[in-house]
Amino acid sequence: MSVQQNHQDGVTVEVRGLRKHFGRHEVLRGIDFAINPGEIFVIMGPSGSGKSVLLKHIVGLERPDEGDILLSGESIQAPEVLGKYRVAFVFQSGALLNSLTVGENVGLYLTEHRLKPPEEIARIVTEKLEVVGLKGTERKMPNELSGGMKKRVAIARALVIEPQLILYDEPTSELDPLSAVVIGEEILNLKERIHVTSLVVSHDRDLAFGVADRIAVIHEGRIVAIGTPEEVKRRPEPIIQRFLNADFKTNNSSRL
Amino acid sequence: MFQNIGEMVLLFWRTLLALPLTWRQRQKVFDQFFEIGNASLLMVCVLSFFIGGVLALQTGPVLVENGLASTVGGLVGISMAKELAPVMMAILIAGRVGSAMTAEIGSMQVYQEIDALRTMNISPVHYLVLPRLIAIAVALPMLVMFAILVGWLGGALVSFANERIYIPIEVFFANLRDMVELDDVANGVFKSFCFALIIGVVSCHQGLVTIGGPRGIGRSVTKAVVNSIVLIVIFDYILTNILMVFNS
Repeated sequence: MSVQQNHQDGVTVEVRGLRKHFGRHEVLRGIDFAINPGEIFVIMGPSGSGKSVLLKHIVGLERPDEGDILLSGESIQAPEVLGKYRVAFVFQSGALLNSLTVGENVGLYLTEHRLKPPEEIARIVTEKLEVVGLKGTERKMPNELSGGMKKRVAIARALVIEPQLILYDEPTSELDPLSAVVIGEEILNLKERIHVTSLVVSHDRDLAFGVADRIAVIHEGRIVAIGTPEEVKRRPEPIIQRFLNADFKTNNSSRL
Repeated sequence: MFQNIGEMVLLFWRTLLALPLTWRQRQKVFDQFFEIGNASLLMVCVLSFFIGGVLALQTGPVLVENGLASTVGGLVGISMAKELAPVMMAILIAGRVGSAMTAEIGSMQVYQEIDALRTMNISPVHYLVLPRLIAIAVALPMLVMFAILVGWLGGALVSFANERIYIPIEVFFANLRDMVELDDVANGVFKSFCFALIIGVVSCHQGLVTIGGPRGIGRSVTKAVVNSIVLIVIFDYILTNILMVFNS
């Protein structure tokens, strides 16, 4: 997240043998995958399978017990590597600062790092909010927004960084289907416009198969399948099929 | 416990290293400063006025009966300046301002706002801790100076109004001037500066290490207030000893 604001190419991400314990519980059990520049890579899996913990490792919020993560070939454990690449994280909750207005939240990165004069920051904030369909909300407080709007503000805040890699943690959770579609379209638009590398963690099958170039399925801290959406759909493993085809079935017999 | 102390010392050290960034964070410092003043000024007035008054009421009649009326002003003056105002105001601020700091930072921690700051390469120490620590380190000594004056006034009014004491206000202050030296006030203000650092560091640290949901925030707030008060009392003893050596 350095000052090079005009460089737009996505980065490669390589995760090698990542392991993480919390106490006795091993959350990640040797994760390996690689993401190409500009690719939308979706990691699917049931709740508690280690998806969010994996994302936190990639952005440096957690340190692995074993293994490594490389951005464009450089280990993020080396000092300043994370600062060298512009990495944005869209949190599941949005994680907007509740004491700041929407505009201040979106412009926070530029304001705190003093990258632009205030008038320029205001212009960029308006532009990014327009991109996510929230023009005119600059003065609102986060608690005045719906869940979907908060997530779109969080995306706008991520866009201000002009990221080379965006990590989305459950971007459509708690959203109605229409808002989920808007978020999915946003992820695709960003790929088209700025060629950003996107890593999406989700258990939303519609989102995953709608936006992904490739999908990985994670289960109990291990990647059990990886490939294009069609390849993953065809995988015969019961755990993958159960997850991809899980559906609510009305128990008619008990009603009669 | 030792881990907590180590973390707090480290947090304090990191905040000291960030001091050159104070000017950049000046707006947040001013915001915090006014919030502390706004939240505490009335309570400081009421508390210190009655502490001074009660001190005069408890000691005045006995001293007057023993022919020591001229010492009432000095006793109230020195007690307020050196001990009561700094300690009582620090405890008040720990409860009123320290708890609010912990609750706010703890809530930001629980709801991932601090993680969001980190992902934007914004240090929580620079953004959250530094402005709060500077604001409280400036505000508490100022509040204590104010409390000393109000406490003296409370002592003077009670000494005048109580018929068993009845010392005219100008006599009370003349006696006070004879016994209280500038060093006594300076000692109290210096102590309050140290207490402010304790409250700031303990409260911010507890906020940053908050885990869990609302219950976790509540637990952190309680710990911050209790730990601050315990440390204030312990450091009061240590600082008093050190200052006695310097003043002798």
